[in-house]
Amino acid sequence: MTAPQLTNTVLYLDGISVSFDGFKALNALSLYLEPGEMRAIIGPNGAGKTTMMDVITGKTRPDVGTAVFDGQHDLTRLDEAEIANMGIGRKFQKPTVFEQHTVADNIRLALAGPRTTLSALLGRRNAITDDEIDAILKRVRMARHRERLAGDLSHGQKQWLEIAMLLAQDPKLLLVDEPVAGMTDAETEETAHLLKEIAQSHSVVVVEHDMHFIRMLGVKVTCLHEGSVLAEGTIDSVSSNERVVEVYLGR
Amino acid sequence: MITRALFNLSDAGSRIFLGVLLALAILVPASNLLLPPDSAFHVPTHVVSLVGKYLCYAILALALDLVWGYCGILSLGHAAFFALGGYAMGMYLMRQIGTRGVYAHPVLPDFMVFLNWPELPWFWHGFDNPLFAFLMVLLVPGVLAFAFGWLAFRSRVTGVYLSIITQAMTYALMLAFFRNEMGFGGNNGLTDFKDILGFDIQAQGTRAALFIATVALLALCYVIARSIVTSTYGKVLVAIRDAESRTRFLGYRVENYKLVAFVVSACMAGLAGALYVPQVGIINPSEFAPANSIEAVIWVAVGGRGTLTGAALGAVVVNAAKSMFTTGALAPYWLFALGGLFIFTTLFLPKGIVGTIGSLFRRHGHEAPEAKEAAEPAPGLEKVQQ
Repeated sequence: MTAPQLTNTVLYLDGISVSFDGFKALNALSLYLEPGEMRAIIGPNGAGKTTMMDVITGKTRPDVGTAVFDGQHDLTRLDEAEIANMGIGRKFQKPTVFEQHTVADNIRLALAGPRTTLSALLGRRNAITDDEIDAILKRVRMARHRERLAGDLSHGQKQWLEIAMLLAQDPKLLLVDEPVAGMTDAETEETAHLLKEIAQSHSVVVVEHDMHFIRMLGVKVTCLHEGSVLAEGTIDSVSSNERVVEVYLGR
Repeated sequence: MITRALFNLSDAGSRIFLGVLLALAILVPASNLLLPPDSAFHVPTHVVSLVGKYLCYAILALALDLVWGYCGILSLGHAAFFALGGYAMGMYLMRQIGTRGVYAHPVLPDFMVFLNWPELPWFWHGFDNPLFAFLMVLLVPGVLAFAFGWLAFRSRVTGVYLSIITQAMTYALMLAFFRNEMGFGGNNGLTDFKDILGFDIQAQGTRAALFIATVALLALCYVIARSIVTSTYGKVLVAIRDAESRTRFLGYRVENYKLVAFVVSACMAGLAGALYVPQVGIINPSEFAPANSIEAVIWVAVGGRGTLTGAALGAVVVNAAKSMFTTGALAPYWLFALGGLFIFTTLFLPKGIVGTIGSLFRRHGHEAPEAKEAAEPAPGLEKVQQ
């Protein structure tokens, strides 16, 4: 596999290694994402999927390797807030919404725009209208829940709220960690539709264990194992790969 | 902006709180000044100052609630900001004494004459000017909070570690202020005040005016704090309290948000200390004692963390109880009572007095809509069902 030119990628990870107390969470991982591409990441527990997201979002610093966003921003030198403001949004494995806030306020905090203290006190951030919030909530069909506390939502609703917050943030690149964990089949199908819709105007990385769901997405799949790429390609080629069957699917 | 600020005060809690303050501001001084001392409704002057002292504590509690209740910064050093504001006011009051001190020195306060200091230290200059002194009341705690917060929040010191270093901060200041060489009167602190703004500090009318000023500034601090917590900035504070790293991943500079709240809170605490000193008549290093900061945390917990009105109420209730307790036969048991109160609140009233009342009201008000909500299908199912 030849590395594409830096400037043609929205995400460029090259030779990334991260170790915690001698355990290699990522081992010379390389991954390239084209603008507008949606990529599914699979792999057994401990394969390094979440650590990879931590590196991209600035939570974890790699020991070695290059991580470049949009062909120009060195992710290894920026902190979480800077990376988020450049246009990388993240949905966590465990739904993480602001439980003491209403659904509407969760969206209010996520919406794209200035994030300074002054703006939140007296400026644009403090003048977000209900219409802007409703427009997002309607897209995920949660408008009627707008005044409920996020903490009172069901698990599936929290997952959707978090996706809605990503939509509101309107990042160039979305990192979505296990979006359908704990969802019913019907909800899973809905989520697949929504992600495909989002992928029309954004680059997306989806980590998921649910092979049925990944098949619904119909995108290029990367299988991670022990911190590096084991196989990459269509869902059919990856799921018929002997090594993938051995370490992941077969279990 | 003004209509917006007024809208923030349209809730029942704010109306009751400000109504009570207005009543206090009118009735207490009126009964003290206008009614004859033998009237059943006469409020003696020492009680005016005592209630005034409670209301200073209420401002301190409000300040603490802003950072602890809304942003999760459990400061165990807020008494330091309170005491610094108090010292700034005390320095002004010392300079007002003039030649009426024991040694009748026109410039130097008594303790400096006693220590054979030839001249006023540089940091005492300007404190004869009330405007400068009042500015320092806000500026000194504010600058300390800025320096402390800038270092602590950027280094991502949180939780119990932050609490411990705030405690260390106030303890270090206490030790420093105990030293005579610091130039703040050492162990004895600053006392024996005569005038404030040219008025006799002991006079009944001055006492009433100080009381009214305290009530007015408590109300102002409440309006400011309430405007802050109801703004989107306040919502970000709560988001930081509940899920700090999530807030970072949304692109917020958490350290800046914390820093602004911490500095505003420290300025309010300094203001509280400045109002406290003329009404109590003394400021000394024991105001920096770590236990004072911890007591303030108990007031907020008892009244209701994250409610603002509850913090103020808690300060008044606990201190009134303290006054009653410590003047009778029960005096030796006050600290046990205080500890017991804290344990009781933590176990049985985790939301405090105001928080518990508030959630009772909310349960009654929202029962119907929530039941209706639950009967609706979950989102995301609709399209499939169509």
